Amino acid sequence: MLWDPQLLLNAIVSGLLLGGFYAAVTVGVSISFGMLDIVNIAHPAFIMLGSYVAFLLNGTFGLDPILSSIIVLPAFFALGALVYQIYYVAFERRGQESLRGLAFFFGLLFISEVGLILVFGVDYRFVEAPYIGPSLHLGFLDFPLRMLIPCAVSLAVLASLQLYLSRTFMGRAIAAVSQDPLALRLMAANPTRVKRIAFALSIATASIAGALLIVIQPVEPSMGRDYIGRVFAICVLGGMGSFPGTLLAAMLLGVIENITSTFYGPSWSPAVAFGFLLLTLAFRPAGILGR
Amino acid sequence: MRSGTFFFAALAVAGLAFESLRLLENEYLFFAGYVVLQYVVLATAWNILGGYTGYVNFGTAAFFALGAYTSVALGKLVALPIPALMLAGGVISGVVGLGMGYLTLRLRGVFFAIATLALAVVVQTLITNWDFVGGSRGAYTVRPAVVPLLGSYVQYLFLVMLALAVIAIAIAHAVEGSRLGYGFATIRDDEAAAEASGVPTLRLKLVATTLSGALMGMAGAPLPYYVTYLDPASGFNLAYAVNSIAMPLIGGMTSWVGPLIGALLLGSVQQVATVSNWFGGHPEVNLLIVGVLLILFVIAAPNGIVGLIGAEARRSGRR
Amino acid sequence: MSAALLQVENLSKRFGGFMALDAINLEVESGARLGLIGPNGSGKSTLVNCLCGTLRNDTGRVRFEGAVMDGLAAHQRTRLGMARSFQLPRPFGSLTVAENLRIPLLYTVNIRRGHHVPRAEIEAREAELLGLVGLAGKAHQRPRDLSQVEMRKLELARAMAAEPKLLIADEAMAGLSHAEVDDILALLRRLNEAGITIILIEHIMRAVMSFSDRLVVLVAGRKIADGRPDDVVRNPEVEKAYLGE
Repeated sequence: MLWDPQLLLNAIVSGLLLGGFYAAVTVGVSISFGMLDIVNIAHPAFIMLGSYVAFLLNGTFGLDPILSSIIVLPAFFALGALVYQIYYVAFERRGQESLRGLAFFFGLLFISEVGLILVFGVDYRFVEAPYIGPSLHLGFLDFPLRMLIPCAVSLAVLASLQLYLSRTFMGRAIAAVSQDPLALRLMAANPTRVKRIAFALSIATASIAGALLIVIQPVEPSMGRDYIGRVFAICVLGGMGSFPGTLLAAMLLGVIENITSTFYGPSWSPAVAFGFLLLTLAFRPAGILGR
Repeated sequence: MRSGTFFFAALAVAGLAFESLRLLENEYLFFAGYVVLQYVVLATAWNILGGYTGYVNFGTAAFFALGAYTSVALGKLVALPIPALMLAGGVISGVVGLGMGYLTLRLRGVFFAIATLALAVVVQTLITNWDFVGGSRGAYTVRPAVVPLLGSYVQYLFLVMLALAVIAIAIAHAVEGSRLGYGFATIRDDEAAAEASGVPTLRLKLVATTLSGALMGMAGAPLPYYVTYLDPASGFNLAYAVNSIAMPLIGGMTSWVGPLIGALLLGSVQQVATVSNWFGGHPEVNLLIVGVLLILFVIAAPNGIVGLIGAEARRSGRR
Repeated sequence: MSAALLQVENLSKRFGGFMALDAINLEVESGARLGLIGPNGSGKSTLVNCLCGTLRNDTGRVRFEGAVMDGLAAHQRTRLGMARSFQLPRPFGSLTVAENLRIPLLYTVNIRRGHHVPRAEIEAREAELLGLVGLAGKAHQRPRDLSQVEMRKLELARAMAAEPKLLIADEAMAGLSHAEVDDILALLRRLNEAGITIILIEHIMRAVMSFSDRLVVLVAGRKIADGRPDDVVRNPEVEKAYLGE
């Protein structure tokens, strides 16, 4: 099979843009799983929720999806705090996180999928925005705006989170909470409250990621499942809590997925991420950058 | 109860149930009953890994569908009786379980769980792209003209699944009372302490994964003959993963009784709901209910129905 | 001098940037009574974990009865004759107290003998061990019904159930009364007289001093003293780093 170099380069470019977006999708799990050790496999469900909220606001009020996702951030934050509180009271406090916590999030995952099907149906939903459609052209390279802008927003989200975690008191408390809850207590910060804020933060990122998703492509309820593999593959490969690692892994996955899709057809796409995940878990669980 | 006695007692109960059902002369009961029995096997199989050792498998669909598609593939090459297909399905799924376990069981339990999710998707993608078994278009299976043993083919399938259910439960019961069962329990309770006591945890986990996977594969093997048309979307249906976790969890994970109760209860309820058209023809509401029950039980009644009955018995015993 | 049962050569262990153990060298002869002391966080439990295979050491080598232990899983080392109790008790919560002791009998003693231990012997051995640590009346209770002190005794009994050649008791006496400490010491002495090598990790100085024929001091991951207890205790570095009772 001849790989047309122009096609290849374009596949790589859109793969990188896609990867940037994947980083926004994953950063929530980097926080909840990478830092807090909470296996929130329902994260994609919150992202789908974000997509559909953006769809509703866009359809009803004509609001730009990314803008509306920022407007509803507080609601997602509150939702995340609520979910963590339930998780904490039911499982973490009793020390039974692993199996029951997993079952809990798994239950949340498909309840939300079924709920979305019942409310919105299985048809694809999309948003309207001026930047969905046009592309930037650099020679033979195409930069579709509907991918470029989400990638840029994603990088902005990552950068601001990184700043937050390293510069503010609460941010550093979050980074510390999984490593040394005792020291945290001595610094007059309640570890449970810190974890709750961190988890709420991770769900808040899902709001933005959901909006970015529906800008990139139309959505339907069962798409969340494809993202479980991607998110955890990137999180593990990126070294768990590390943001730079997450970005690197996300772009790597984006490029490989896109190349596979372009040259071998989209039906192989889901297997790429999950295959990645299996290989990573089997051979390099410490991630690309190691630990 | 010793394993041998238990097995024959279970066979007797099953035989009685089968004959009673025949007396009712309603073919649909066998049709629906097959699905319920299928879940008995899946729930019991899941519990051998999930309930006994504490390792959660989200990829029931992968092992189940592999059994089904092994039947489809073999069926295109040579005509084999269902029990032989079950054996083949069991071997394939067992080997896959072993391989998967070998790759991922050295890691923490959560990574194993995530890996099983990955496995389900990878296997589904592979099968969807495999034209020999029909790919995404699906495959048709023709039921043999001559029905072995009984008059109706559906009754025959029911009987076969009933036998498998008895075998699965007998295996679960035998494991529970054995040294293997003790080893599994220590893995669930505290793996590091188990290792320090001499338990070969990796080897035991591999046994559990292989056994669990094999039983799931055996449950899937007759499926093409039951539905006559099989496509990846239905073979890898989310309902299998959800139910095989919810039924043991709701029934109770610590013994063979829980998955049986959970499967009989939830399986029957879902069959009745489908037939009675309770929710205006939305099959997803089934899953919604199972999901809500799953979350409620996992939060409030972690030991399932068996646990609730046990707690009630202790309470009334003290009075 | 009898042949060294346990040889630790240049053993190091890191956690990220933190050096938990730094080039530890240690030899333990068969039949010895070794006391291992050091401040909290000095690496004692990490050392035990590396010896027994619960953790993998980064550098260095562990030899047991001359055989290299690198790459052997914890259960294999237990079967070869190393047993340990955990500093924070880790009982099997879903099993009864007696069943907790059954596990090493089923999975270690069984294997070593090459055949099944008969049921009657298992039950007798469980009763015997429970009696030795003072838990005889609790055989059918669950670990969650035990006090902290009773759980530590169960830990020790479970390690003993594996019929080890080397028994490592990691803070088995924390929280025990004066009389209970003496009971456990007497038990450990009896085991030692029967040929079992004992490594005692403790903070209770009187117990360590009266029991050990040799004392090793660990501070911040380094071995700073190794010799006769009276000498070690008078070592100025030891006095400075670790004020005992």
